[in-house]
Amino acid sequence: MWSFFHKLGSPPWLYRIAGTIVRWLLPVTLVALCVGLVWGLLYTAPDFRQGNSYRIIYIHVPAAVVALAGYYVMAIAGAVSLIWKMKMADVAMKSCAPIGAALTFIALVTGAIWGKPTWGTWWVWDARITSMLILLFLYLGVVALYEAYDNKEAAGKACAVLTLVGTVNIPIIYKSVDWWYSLHQPASIKFTGDSTIDPSMLYPLLLMIAAFYGVFTCCLLMNMRAEILEREARTNWVKKLALEYRA
Amino acid sequence: MKEQAAAPGTLGFCLALLRRQLTLAARRPIEIGNPLLFFMMVVALFPLGLGPSPEKLAGFAPGILWIIALLSNLLTSDTVFRSDFEDGSLEQLLLAPQPLFLSVLAYIAAHWLITGLLLALVSPVFALMINLPAVAIGTLVASLLLGTAVLSLVGGIGAALTVGLKRGGMLISLLILPFYMPVLIFGSAAVQNAVLGVPPGPYLAIIAAMLCLAVALAPLAIAAGLRISVDA
Repeated sequence: MWSFFHKLGSPPWLYRIAGTIVRWLLPVTLVALCVGLVWGLLYTAPDFRQGNSYRIIYIHVPAAVVALAGYYVMAIAGAVSLIWKMKMADVAMKSCAPIGAALTFIALVTGAIWGKPTWGTWWVWDARITSMLILLFLYLGVVALYEAYDNKEAAGKACAVLTLVGTVNIPIIYKSVDWWYSLHQPASIKFTGDSTIDPSMLYPLLLMIAAFYGVFTCCLLMNMRAEILEREARTNWVKKLALEYRA
Repeated sequence: MKEQAAAPGTLGFCLALLRRQLTLAARRPIEIGNPLLFFMMVVALFPLGLGPSPEKLAGFAPGILWIIALLSNLLTSDTVFRSDFEDGSLEQLLLAPQPLFLSVLAYIAAHWLITGLLLALVSPVFALMINLPAVAIGTLVASLLLGTAVLSLVGGIGAALTVGLKRGGMLISLLILPFYMPVLIFGSAAVQNAVLGVPPGPYLAIIAAMLCLAVALAPLAIAAGLRISVDA
Protein backbone atom coordinates (compact mmCIF):
# COMPACT_ATOMS: atom_id res chain seq x y z
CA MET A 1 0.00 0.00 0.00
CA TRP A 2 2.86 2.34 0.83
CA SER A 3 4.42 1.79 -2.57
CA PHE A 4 1.62 3.98 -3.88
CA PHE A 5 2.85 6.77 -1.64
CA HIS A 6 6.40 6.30 -2.88
CA LYS A 7 5.35 6.31 -6.50
CA LEU A 8 3.67 9.68 -5.95
CA GLY A 9 7.16 11.06 -5.54
CA SER A 10 8.25 9.85 -8.95
CA PRO A 11 7.78 12.46 -11.68
CA PRO A 12 7.40 10.08 -14.68
CA TRP A 13 4.86 7.94 -12.81
CA LEU A 14 2.87 10.96 -11.68
CA TYR A 15 3.05 12.47 -15.14
CA ARG A 16 1.63 9.31 -16.67
CA ILE A 17 -1.06 8.65 -14.05
CA ALA A 18 -2.17 12.30 -14.14
CA GLY A 19 -2.52 11.99 -17.90
CA THR A 20 -4.67 8.88 -17.53
CA ILE A 21 -6.89 10.51 -14.90
CA VAL A 22 -7.40 13.62 -17.03
CA ARG A 23 -8.26 11.50 -20.05
CA TRP A 24 -11.14 9.89 -18.12
CA LEU A 25 -12.15 12.75 -15.86
CA LEU A 26 -12.22 15.52 -18.45
CA PRO A 27 -15.05 14.09 -20.61
CA VAL A 28 -17.12 13.22 -17.53
CA THR A 29 -16.57 16.72 -16.16
CA LEU A 30 -17.54 18.39 -19.42
CA VAL A 31 -20.73 16.33 -19.67
CA ALA A 32 -21.61 17.13 -16.05
CA LEU A 33 -20.89 20.80 -16.67
CA CYS A 34 -23.12 20.92 -19.78
CA VAL A 35 -25.95 18.96 -18.14
CA GLY A 36 -25.72 21.04 -14.97
CA LEU A 37 -25.70 24.34 -16.85
CA VAL A 38 -28.62 23.46 -19.11
CA TRP A 39 -30.58 21.96 -16.22
CA GLY A 40 -29.90 24.87 -13.91
CA LEU A 41 -30.21 27.72 -16.41
CA LEU A 42 -33.16 26.45 -18.47
CA TYR A 43 -35.16 23.79 -16.65
CA THR A 44 -35.43 24.88 -13.02
CA ALA A 45 -38.33 26.99 -11.82
CA PRO A 46 -37.61 30.70 -11.33
CA ASP A 47 -37.21 31.87 -7.75
CA PHE A 48 -40.41 33.40 -6.40
CA ARG A 49 -38.67 36.52 -5.19
CA GLN A 50 -35.60 36.88 -7.39
CA GLY A 51 -37.13 35.59 -10.62
CA ASN A 52 -34.56 34.42 -13.10
CA SER A 53 -31.60 36.36 -11.77
CA TYR A 54 -30.93 33.73 -9.11
CA ARG A 55 -29.78 31.30 -11.80
CA ILE A 56 -26.26 32.68 -11.57
CA ILE A 57 -26.11 30.62 -8.36
CA TYR A 58 -25.19 27.68 -10.58
CA ILE A 59 -21.86 29.34 -11.33
CA HIS A 60 -21.35 31.54 -8.29
CA VAL A 61 -21.71 28.95 -5.54
CA PRO A 62 -19.67 26.16 -7.18
CA ALA A 63 -16.84 28.58 -8.01
CA ALA A 64 -16.79 29.91 -4.44
CA VAL A 65 -16.95 26.44 -2.86
CA VAL A 66 -14.14 25.08 -5.00
CA ALA A 67 -12.05 28.24 -4.56
CA LEU A 68 -12.07 27.63 -0.80
CA ALA A 69 -11.49 23.89 -1.15
CA GLY A 70 -8.62 24.65 -3.51
CA TYR A 71 -6.91 26.58 -0.76
CA TYR A 72 -7.06 23.51 1.46
CA VAL A 73 -5.57 21.40 -1.31
CA MET A 74 -2.80 23.96 -1.69
CA ALA A 75 -2.18 24.12 2.07
CA ILE A 76 -2.11 20.33 2.46
CA ALA A 77 0.23 20.01 -0.51
CA GLY A 78 2.41 22.73 1.01
CA ALA A 79 2.50 20.95 4.37
CA VAL A 80 3.40 17.65 2.70
CA SER A 81 6.20 19.26 0.74
CA LEU A 82 7.58 20.95 3.88
CA ILE A 83 7.33 17.91 6.13
CA TRP A 84 8.26 15.05 3.80
CA LYS A 85 10.25 17.16 1.30
CA MET A 86 8.15 15.71 -1.49
CA LYS A 87 8.94 17.47 -4.76
CA MET A 88 5.65 16.50 -6.36
CA ALA A 89 3.65 18.01 -3.50
CA ASP A 90 5.51 21.20 -4.24
CA VAL A 91 4.45 20.91 -7.88
CA ALA A 92 0.84 20.42 -6.78
CA MET A 93 0.95 23.45 -4.50
CA LYS A 94 2.46 25.69 -7.14
CA SER A 95 -0.11 24.55 -9.71
CA CYS A 96 -3.02 25.20 -7.36
CA ALA A 97 -2.47 28.91 -6.89
CA PRO A 98 -3.43 30.29 -10.33
CA ILE A 99 -6.50 28.01 -10.58
CA GLY A 100 -7.65 29.02 -7.11
CA ALA A 101 -7.13 32.68 -7.96
CA ALA A 102 -9.18 32.27 -11.14
CA LEU A 103 -12.04 30.55 -9.30
CA THR A 104 -12.05 33.18 -6.55
CA PHE A 105 -12.16 35.85 -9.23
CA ILE A 106 -15.08 34.11 -10.94
CA ALA A 107 -16.91 33.89 -7.61
CA LEU A 108 -16.37 37.61 -6.96
CA VAL A 109 -17.41 38.69 -10.46
CA THR A 110 -20.53 36.51 -10.58
CA GLY A 111 -21.35 37.71 -7.08
CA ALA A 112 -21.13 41.30 -8.26
CA ILE A 113 -23.35 40.55 -11.28
CA TRP A 114 -25.84 38.81 -9.00
CA GLY A 115 -25.71 41.61 -6.45
CA LYS A 116 -26.74 44.31 -8.93
CA PRO A 117 -30.33 43.10 -9.53
CA THR A 118 -30.91 41.66 -6.04
CA TRP A 119 -29.13 44.04 -3.66
CA GLY A 120 -29.09 47.00 -6.06
CA THR A 121 -25.31 47.35 -5.90
CA TRP A 122 -22.28 45.75 -7.51
CA TRP A 123 -20.22 45.65 -4.37
CA VAL A 124 -20.71 45.90 -0.63
CA TRP A 125 -18.04 45.62 2.04
CA ASP A 126 -19.75 42.70 3.67
CA ALA A 127 -17.78 40.13 5.67
CA ARG A 128 -18.10 37.29 3.19
CA ILE A 129 -17.21 39.41 0.18
CA THR A 130 -14.29 41.08 1.92
CA SER A 131 -12.90 37.78 3.10
CA MET A 132 -13.21 36.30 -0.40
CA LEU A 133 -11.26 39.32 -1.66
CA ILE A 134 -8.60 38.55 0.94
CA LEU A 135 -8.57 34.96 -0.34
CA LEU A 136 -7.85 36.32 -3.82
CA PHE A 137 -4.96 38.35 -2.40
CA LEU A 138 -3.61 35.25 -0.64
CA TYR A 139 -3.61 33.28 -3.88
CA LEU A 140 -1.99 36.14 -5.78
CA GLY A 141 0.58 36.56 -2.99
CA VAL A 142 1.62 32.92 -3.40
CA VAL A 143 1.98 33.38 -7.16
CA ALA A 144 3.98 36.60 -6.67
CA LEU A 145 6.28 35.07 -4.04
CA TYR A 146 6.97 32.04 -6.21
CA GLU A 147 7.88 34.21 -9.17
CA ALA A 148 10.15 36.43 -7.05
CA TYR A 149 12.55 33.63 -6.11
CA ASP A 150 15.18 32.60 -8.63
CA ASN A 151 15.89 29.40 -6.72
CA LYS A 152 12.73 27.38 -7.36
CA GLU A 153 13.32 24.96 -4.52
CA ALA A 154 13.42 27.81 -2.01
CA ALA A 155 10.43 29.35 -3.78
CA GLY A 156 8.42 26.21 -3.13
CA LYS A 157 9.32 26.16 0.55
CA ALA A 158 8.63 29.85 1.03
CA CYS A 159 5.24 29.52 -0.66
CA ALA A 160 4.44 26.50 1.51
CA VAL A 161 5.08 28.55 4.65
CA LEU A 162 3.00 31.43 3.33
CA THR A 163 0.17 29.08 2.37
CA LEU A 164 0.11 27.50 5.81
CA VAL A 165 0.01 30.91 7.46
CA GLY A 166 -2.91 31.79 5.19
CA THR A 167 -5.02 28.85 6.34
CA VAL A 168 -5.91 30.99 9.37
CA ASN A 169 -8.19 32.90 7.04
CA ILE A 170 -10.16 29.97 5.62
CA PRO A 171 -12.37 29.07 8.64
CA ILE A 172 -13.12 32.80 8.97
CA ILE A 173 -14.38 32.92 5.38
CA TYR A 174 -16.50 29.81 5.88
CA LYS A 175 -18.07 31.15 9.05
CA SER A 176 -18.22 34.84 8.10
CA VAL A 177 -21.85 34.65 6.99
CA ASP A 178 -22.89 33.13 10.29
CA TRP A 179 -20.83 35.40 12.53
CA TRP A 180 -21.58 38.71 10.85
CA TYR A 181 -25.13 38.70 9.61
CA SER A 182 -25.23 41.14 6.72
CA LEU A 183 -26.33 41.33 3.10
CA HIS A 184 -24.84 38.04 2.03
CA GLN A 185 -27.25 35.26 2.96
CA PRO A 186 -26.11 32.41 5.23
CA ALA A 187 -25.30 29.04 3.71
CA SER A 188 -28.38 27.32 2.25
CA ILE A 189 -26.86 23.89 1.85
CA LYS A 190 -26.20 22.09 5.09
CA PHE A 191 -24.63 18.72 5.68
CA THR A 192 -26.56 18.31 8.91
CA GLY A 193 -30.20 19.32 9.14
CA ASP A 194 -32.48 20.52 6.37
CA SER A 195 -31.18 22.66 3.56
CA THR A 196 -33.08 25.88 3.00
CA ILE A 197 -33.12 25.40 -0.75
CA ASP A 198 -35.76 23.51 -2.72
CA PRO A 199 -34.64 20.05 -3.95
CA SER A 200 -35.50 20.96 -7.56
CA MET A 201 -32.93 23.76 -7.33
CA LEU A 202 -30.54 21.83 -5.09
CA TYR A 203 -29.85 18.88 -7.37
CA PRO A 204 -28.56 20.86 -10.36
CA LEU A 205 -26.53 22.94 -7.91
CA LEU A 206 -24.93 19.84 -6.41
CA LEU A 207 -24.20 18.58 -9.92
CA MET A 208 -22.55 21.89 -10.77
CA ILE A 209 -20.46 21.80 -7.60
CA ALA A 210 -19.30 18.30 -8.51
CA ALA A 211 -18.55 19.48 -12.04
CA PHE A 212 -16.49 22.41 -10.73
CA TYR A 213 -14.51 20.03 -8.54
CA GLY A 214 -13.89 18.06 -11.73
CA VAL A 215 -12.77 21.20 -13.56
CA PHE A 216 -10.45 22.07 -10.69
CA THR A 217 -8.95 18.58 -10.62
CA CYS A 218 -8.44 18.49 -14.39
CA CYS A 219 -6.86 21.94 -14.45
CA LEU A 220 -4.67 21.04 -11.50
CA LEU A 221 -3.46 17.80 -13.06
CA MET A 222 -2.82 19.42 -16.43
CA ASN A 223 -0.94 22.27 -14.75
CA MET A 224 1.07 19.74 -12.77
CA ARG A 225 1.94 17.82 -15.93
CA ALA A 226 3.24 20.98 -17.56
CA GLU A 227 5.18 21.91 -14.42
CA ILE A 228 6.70 18.42 -14.18
CA LEU A 229 7.85 18.59 -17.80
CA GLU A 230 9.38 22.00 -17.22
CA ARG A 231 11.26 20.91 -14.10
CA GLU A 232 12.38 17.61 -15.56
CA ALA A 233 13.25 19.03 -18.97
CA ARG A 234 16.84 17.80 -18.70
CA THR A 235 16.05 14.21 -17.79
CA ASN A 236 16.07 11.31 -20.19
CA TRP A 237 12.44 10.33 -19.87
CA VAL A 238 11.28 13.80 -20.91
CA LYS A 239 13.67 13.83 -23.84
CA LYS A 240 12.36 10.43 -24.90
CA LEU A 241 8.80 11.69 -24.57
CA ALA A 242 9.58 14.72 -26.72
CA LEU A 243 11.12 12.49 -29.38
CA GLU A 244 8.08 10.21 -29.34
CA TYR A 245 5.79 13.20 -29.89
CA ARG A 246 7.87 14.38 -32.81
CA ALA A 247 7.82 10.95 -34.43
CA MET B 1 35.91 42.41 26.06
CA LYS B 2 35.50 40.03 28.95
CA GLU B 3 35.81 36.33 28.22
CA GLN B 4 32.64 34.50 29.07
CA ALA B 5 33.00 31.20 30.88
CA ALA B 6 29.99 29.44 29.41
CA ALA B 7 27.53 30.04 26.59
CA PRO B 8 24.63 32.19 27.81
CA GLY B 9 21.38 30.47 28.63
CA THR B 10 18.41 30.85 26.35
CA LEU B 11 16.88 33.71 28.28
CA GLY B 12 20.17 35.54 28.60
CA PHE B 13 20.79 35.04 24.90
CA CYS B 14 17.42 36.50 23.95
CA LEU B 15 17.86 39.46 26.28
CA ALA B 16 21.29 40.10 24.80
CA LEU B 17 19.79 39.97 21.30
CA LEU B 18 17.04 42.36 22.35
CA ARG B 19 19.57 44.74 23.85
CA ARG B 20 21.71 44.52 20.73
CA GLN B 21 18.78 45.38 18.47
CA LEU B 22 17.76 48.28 20.68
CA THR B 23 21.33 49.57 20.88
CA LEU B 24 21.64 49.38 17.11
CA ALA B 25 18.43 51.36 16.78
CA ALA B 26 19.51 53.90 19.40
CA ARG B 27 22.74 54.53 17.51
CA ARG B 28 20.69 55.63 14.52
CA PRO B 29 17.92 57.66 16.11
CA ILE B 30 16.76 58.93 12.73
CA GLU B 31 15.59 55.39 11.93
CA ILE B 32 13.37 55.51 14.99
CA GLY B 33 12.11 58.96 14.11
CA ASN B 34 11.32 58.18 10.49
CA PRO B 35 8.16 56.09 11.07
CA LEU B 36 6.82 58.77 13.40
CA LEU B 37 7.60 61.47 10.86
CA PHE B 38 5.88 59.34 8.24
CA PHE B 39 2.86 58.99 10.51
CA MET B 40 2.67 62.75 10.98
CA MET B 41 3.04 63.51 7.28
CA VAL B 42 0.34 61.09 6.22
CA VAL B 43 -1.95 62.51 8.91
CA ALA B 44 -1.34 65.88 7.30
CA LEU B 45 -2.32 64.46 3.90
CA PHE B 46 -5.86 63.62 4.95
CA PRO B 47 -7.09 67.15 5.77
CA LEU B 48 -5.56 68.23 2.45
CA GLY B 49 -7.31 65.44 0.57
CA LEU B 50 -10.62 65.24 2.40
CA GLY B 51 -10.98 68.94 3.24
CA PRO B 52 -10.30 70.47 6.64
CA SER B 53 -13.87 70.27 7.99
CA PRO B 54 -13.49 69.01 11.61
CA GLU B 55 -16.71 66.94 11.63
CA LYS B 56 -15.76 65.04 8.49
CA LEU B 57 -12.25 64.35 9.79
CA ALA B 58 -13.59 63.20 13.14
CA GLY B 59 -15.78 60.64 11.39
CA PHE B 60 -12.86 59.18 9.47
CA ALA B 61 -10.29 59.59 12.24
CA PRO B 62 -10.33 56.02 13.69
CA GLY B 63 -9.83 54.48 10.27
CA ILE B 64 -7.25 57.05 9.19
CA LEU B 65 -5.11 56.58 12.29
CA TRP B 66 -5.24 52.82 12.06
CA ILE B 67 -4.43 52.71 8.36
CA ILE B 68 -1.42 54.97 8.88
CA ALA B 69 -0.20 52.87 11.80
CA LEU B 70 -0.51 49.83 9.56
CA LEU B 71 1.38 51.45 6.70
CA SER B 72 4.22 52.71 8.85
CA ASN B 73 4.54 49.24 10.35
CA LEU B 74 4.56 47.74 6.87
CA LEU B 75 7.35 50.06 5.73
CA THR B 76 9.58 49.26 8.69
CA SER B 77 9.04 45.50 8.89
CA ASP B 78 10.98 45.05 5.66
CA THR B 79 14.18 46.04 7.48
CA VAL B 80 13.89 43.78 10.55
CA PHE B 81 16.24 41.08 9.30
CA ARG B 82 17.79 42.78 6.27
CA SER B 83 21.08 44.14 7.67
CA ASP B 84 21.74 40.97 9.68
CA PHE B 85 21.08 38.91 6.59
CA GLU B 86 23.51 40.98 4.56
CA ASP B 87 26.40 40.88 7.04
CA GLY B 88 25.93 37.19 7.81
CA SER B 89 25.02 37.44 11.47
CA LEU B 90 21.65 35.89 10.70
CA GLU B 91 23.44 32.75 9.61
CA GLN B 92 25.21 32.65 12.97
CA LEU B 93 21.87 33.03 14.70
CA LEU B 94 20.51 30.00 12.84
CA LEU B 95 23.54 27.98 13.91
CA ALA B 96 23.30 29.02 17.55
CA PRO B 97 22.17 26.31 19.99
CA GLN B 98 19.41 28.51 21.41
CA PRO B 99 15.94 27.85 19.97
CA LEU B 100 15.27 30.05 16.96
CA PHE B 101 11.66 30.48 18.09
CA LEU B 102 12.77 32.62 21.03
CA SER B 103 15.56 34.53 19.36
CA VAL B 104 13.17 35.48 16.57
CA LEU B 105 10.77 36.69 19.23
CA ALA B 106 13.53 38.96 20.53
CA TYR B 107 13.94 40.53 17.09
CA ILE B 108 10.22 41.13 16.82
CA ALA B 109 10.01 42.50 20.34
CA ALA B 110 12.76 44.99 19.52
CA HIS B 111 10.93 45.99 16.34
CA TRP B 112 7.71 46.49 18.23
CA LEU B 113 9.38 48.55 20.97
CA ILE B 114 10.95 50.84 18.38
CA THR B 115 7.92 51.26 16.11
CA GLY B 116 4.62 50.09 17.59
CA LEU B 117 5.08 51.15 21.16
CA LEU B 118 6.37 54.62 20.27
CA LEU B 119 3.65 55.04 17.69
CA ALA B 120 0.94 54.11 20.19
CA LEU B 121 2.37 56.49 22.77
CA VAL B 122 2.49 59.50 20.45
CA SER B 123 -0.78 58.69 18.66
CA PRO B 124 -2.90 60.92 20.97
CA VAL B 125 -1.13 63.95 19.49
CA PHE B 126 -2.03 62.92 15.97
CA ALA B 127 -5.52 61.99 17.11
CA LEU B 128 -6.04 65.55 18.30
CA MET B 129 -4.70 66.89 15.00
CA ILE B 130 -7.47 65.17 13.08
CA ASN B 131 -10.07 65.82 15.70
CA LEU B 132 -10.70 62.36 17.12
CA PRO B 133 -13.09 62.81 20.08
CA ALA B 134 -11.13 62.80 23.34
CA VAL B 135 -13.19 59.95 24.85
CA ALA B 136 -11.75 57.54 22.27
CA ILE B 137 -8.10 58.37 22.81
CA GLY B 138 -7.56 55.79 25.57
CA THR B 139 -9.04 53.09 23.36
CA LEU B 140 -6.91 54.24 20.45
CA VAL B 141 -3.72 53.85 22.46
CA ALA B 142 -4.79 50.48 23.86
CA SER B 143 -5.84 49.12 20.46
CA LEU B 144 -2.61 50.36 18.88
CA LEU B 145 -0.50 48.83 21.64
CA LEU B 146 -2.08 45.42 21.12
CA GLY B 147 -2.58 45.71 17.39
CA THR B 148 0.89 46.89 16.38
CA ALA B 149 2.35 43.90 18.24
CA VAL B 150 0.27 41.62 16.02
CA LEU B 151 1.37 43.63 12.99
CA SER B 152 5.04 43.31 13.95
CA LEU B 153 4.73 39.55 14.35
CA VAL B 154 2.89 39.08 11.07
CA GLY B 155 5.18 41.53 9.31
CA GLY B 156 8.11 39.47 10.55
CA ILE B 157 6.80 36.50 8.55
CA GLY B 158 6.82 38.56 5.37
CA ALA B 159 10.25 39.98 6.22
CA ALA B 160 11.67 36.50 6.83
CA LEU B 161 10.29 35.15 3.56
CA THR B 162 11.53 38.06 1.44
CA VAL B 163 14.80 38.98 3.16
CA GLY B 164 16.89 37.11 0.58
CA LEU B 165 15.19 38.73 -2.39
CA LYS B 166 16.59 41.79 -4.11
CA ARG B 167 13.19 43.23 -4.89
CA GLY B 168 11.54 42.50 -1.58
CA GLY B 169 9.96 45.88 -0.88
CA MET B 170 6.80 45.71 -2.95
CA LEU B 171 6.39 41.98 -2.52
CA ILE B 172 6.27 42.11 1.27
CA SER B 173 3.25 44.43 1.06
CA LEU B 174 1.45 41.99 -1.22
CA LEU B 175 2.22 39.10 1.10
CA ILE B 176 1.30 40.53 4.46
CA LEU B 177 -1.38 43.14 3.82
CA PRO B 178 -4.06 40.41 3.62
CA PHE B 179 -3.04 39.35 7.12
CA TYR B 180 -3.08 42.93 8.38
CA MET B 181 -6.70 43.37 7.35
CA PRO B 182 -8.36 41.54 10.29
CA VAL B 183 -6.29 43.62 12.73
CA LEU B 184 -7.34 46.80 10.95
CA ILE B 185 -11.01 45.77 11.05
CA PHE B 186 -11.08 45.14 14.78
CA GLY B 187 -8.68 47.94 15.67
CA SER B 188 -10.63 50.67 13.94
CA ALA B 189 -13.93 49.13 15.09
CA ALA B 190 -12.75 49.40 18.72
CA VAL B 191 -11.96 53.08 18.29
CA GLN B 192 -15.19 53.74 16.41
CA ASN B 193 -17.20 52.10 19.17
CA ALA B 194 -15.41 54.18 21.76
CA VAL B 195 -16.35 57.31 19.79
CA LEU B 196 -20.00 56.22 19.80
CA GLY B 197 -19.90 55.48 23.52
CA VAL B 198 -20.19 51.70 23.10
CA PRO B 199 -17.77 49.75 25.32
CA PRO B 200 -14.87 48.72 23.05
CA GLY B 201 -13.82 45.85 25.34
CA PRO B 202 -14.91 42.96 23.08
CA TYR B 203 -12.95 44.33 20.13
CA LEU B 204 -9.84 44.81 22.25
CA ALA B 205 -10.31 41.28 23.54
CA ILE B 206 -10.38 39.95 19.99
CA ILE B 207 -7.18 41.82 19.13
CA ALA B 208 -5.62 40.41 22.29
CA ALA B 209 -6.71 36.93 21.17
CA MET B 210 -5.09 37.56 17.79
CA LEU B 211 -1.94 38.61 19.63
CA CYS B 212 -1.92 35.35 21.61
CA LEU B 213 -2.32 33.36 18.41
CA ALA B 214 0.37 35.38 16.66
CA VAL B 215 2.87 35.07 19.53
CA ALA B 216 2.35 31.32 19.55
CA LEU B 217 2.46 30.67 15.81
CA ALA B 218 4.17 33.52 13.96
CA PRO B 219 7.68 32.81 15.32
CA LEU B 220 7.40 29.28 13.89
CA ALA B 221 6.68 30.70 10.45
CA ILE B 222 9.37 33.37 10.84
CA ALA B 223 11.95 30.76 11.86
CA ALA B 224 11.00 28.56 8.90
CA GLY B 225 11.12 31.57 6.58
CA LEU B 226 14.57 32.60 7.80
CA ARG B 227 15.93 29.08 7.27
CA ILE B 228 14.57 29.09 3.71
CA SER B 229 15.96 32.54 2.98
CA VAL B 230 19.41 31.74 4.32
CA ASP B 231 19.56 28.41 2.48
CA ALA B 232 18.43 29.87 -0.83
